[in-house]
Amino acid sequence: MAQAVQTRGPVTGTAAARTRRKKPFLLDLYSTAVGKKYVMAITGIMMIGFVVAHMIGNLKMYLGAADLNHYADFLKHLLYPLAPKGVTLWLMRAGLLAALVLHVHAAYSLTRLNHQARAVKYQGPRDYQVANFASRTMRMTGIVVALFLIWHLLDLTFGTVNTVGGSGTFVREDVYQNVVNSFNRPVVAIFYILANIALGVHLFHGTWSLFQSMGWNNPRFNSWRRGIAAGIATLVVVGNVSFPIAVLTNVVG
Amino acid sequence: MSHHLQNLVLKIWRQTGPNDAGHFESYRIDDISDEASFLEMLDVLNERLIADGKEAIVFDHDCREGICGTCSLMINGQAHGPQKGTATCQLHMRTFRSGDEIVVEPWRATAFPIIKDLMVDRAAFDRIIEAGGFITADTGGAPDANLIPVPKPVADAAMDAAECIGCGACVAACPNGAANLFTSAKIAHLNLLPQGQAERYSRVEAMVDTMDQYFGSCTNHGECEAACPKGISIDFIAMMNQDYRKAKFKNRKALART
Ligand code: HEM
Ligand code: FES
Repeated sequence: MAQAVQTRGPVTGTAAARTRRKKPFLLDLYSTAVGKKYVMAITGIMMIGFVVAHMIGNLKMYLGAADLNHYADFLKHLLYPLAPKGVTLWLMRAGLLAALVLHVHAAYSLTRLNHQARAVKYQGPRDYQVANFASRTMRMTGIVVALFLIWHLLDLTFGTVNTVGGSGTFVREDVYQNVVNSFNRPVVAIFYILANIALGVHLFHGTWSLFQSMGWNNPRFNSWRRGIAAGIATLVVVGNVSFPIAVLTNVVG
Repeated sequence: MSHHLQNLVLKIWRQTGPNDAGHFESYRIDDISDEASFLEMLDVLNERLIADGKEAIVFDHDCREGICGTCSLMINGQAHGPQKGTATCQLHMRTFRSGDEIVVEPWRATAFPIIKDLMVDRAAFDRIIEAGGFITADTGGAPDANLIPVPKPVADAAMDAAECIGCGACVAACPNGAANLFTSAKIAHLNLLPQGQAERYSRVEAMVDTMDQYFGSCTNHGECEAACPKGISIDFIAMMNQDYRKAKFKNRKALART
């Protein structure tokens, strides 16, 4: 395809190309915008898998303290005795952390790219036709989820803020009681609900979008993508939001 | 029966050159036939400006029948204005009412610098086409028609992609200033056909990498499809993403063999 193209002298105002250094293969792929979107989609799928499994696992809460705590203990014994206790869980955590870091890095650098691509904004009002609330707030909902994630880990994993402004003590093995103590603080419960709605909005666009980004396109199934996205988003939000409500209404507690 | 629009207020972007800051200027105009096209309305306005000894508004146009892709214009915040599936030249004044205020801006993208007023330089699209938007021609006698059989659905899909007139509305409408719809249409209309297969993967890699040097990234908003005067589907973007992914790996293997 190496057809010689005569480079013309600069016409007034012709856009200049951004130059890109050649890098090792995978880094080179990641340095393109389309490559970053593959990474966003793949890391997104990993995190969707986690979020859905996390929600389903937590439904054990409705079976009582013993069941939930038993489930938490089971997670530590994944693949045990093949792998030592806790190792599989830590590997999964490491994978998720890596996915999160890549996802956020790609989001950050694509956002910068997109701002550069329209350095001078439209001066009159825009009239969007199909871009919806979800697609236009991916950055905001993403940031809300990230902030929530930090709180959530400090609250229920490390226990640092588990009883601040509430009652009881944090006991690592008593997952059930920790959850109840946390959600008995209405402000925490409300933040938890809002953050999950933000996550749902993120997934409503993200789960649809990832099919496009990966090029998983089949005219027979394309119409299902919206439904799949709405289904996953609803499943996650309804499941997760039910927990604080159950605690506040004393269904769980 | 034609009807005339009165008291239209046009808020039009004026900019003397690429480095000028530019500003909106308001013009009042009366007695515009609702059968006039949007560009004809601008012609009338320009005649009046010239008669008053003022400088005419610069805007792009050529065929005025929706096939060349030269006209542009962001009209009331929509690329090619409020009518679906048409270019600015096919937009008629009957879409507006007397007394309307109409805001007219050029396409805005760093890759499309403003030349003057409403005219932008879309040479970045040419760079993408030069990178691979062609089939390396065989020399020799002209082949017989229909020598290469093409299944009907494939021919139809390639034709849908080939409808792209390269106007740049997709870039203008995209909140990110991405050119994925244009590039994917130009790739698809060759990559779908048997004649395009030999260069299929080198084409997609070269064209996407060139696109990457000028434009923003796709968030799958779908604004491009909605703005496209030819209604080109974002399914082509998914096809491009798939071919690019395959190309990156295939081309690497092919290179390793040489
Ligand atoms: C924690 C901070 C997060 C941030 C800052 C963030 C940000 C973003 C942004 C800005 C996009 C749109 C990128 C673009 O197309 O331009 C996006 C896409 C996406 N996000 Fe997130 N996100 C976060 C967390 C998550 C989580 C926890 C999940 C899943 C549970 C997720 C799933 C997705 C998916 C599936 C996509 C679509 C990928 C695609 O378009 O191919 N994100 N994210
Ligand atoms: S002037 Fe040719 S498409 Fe509008």
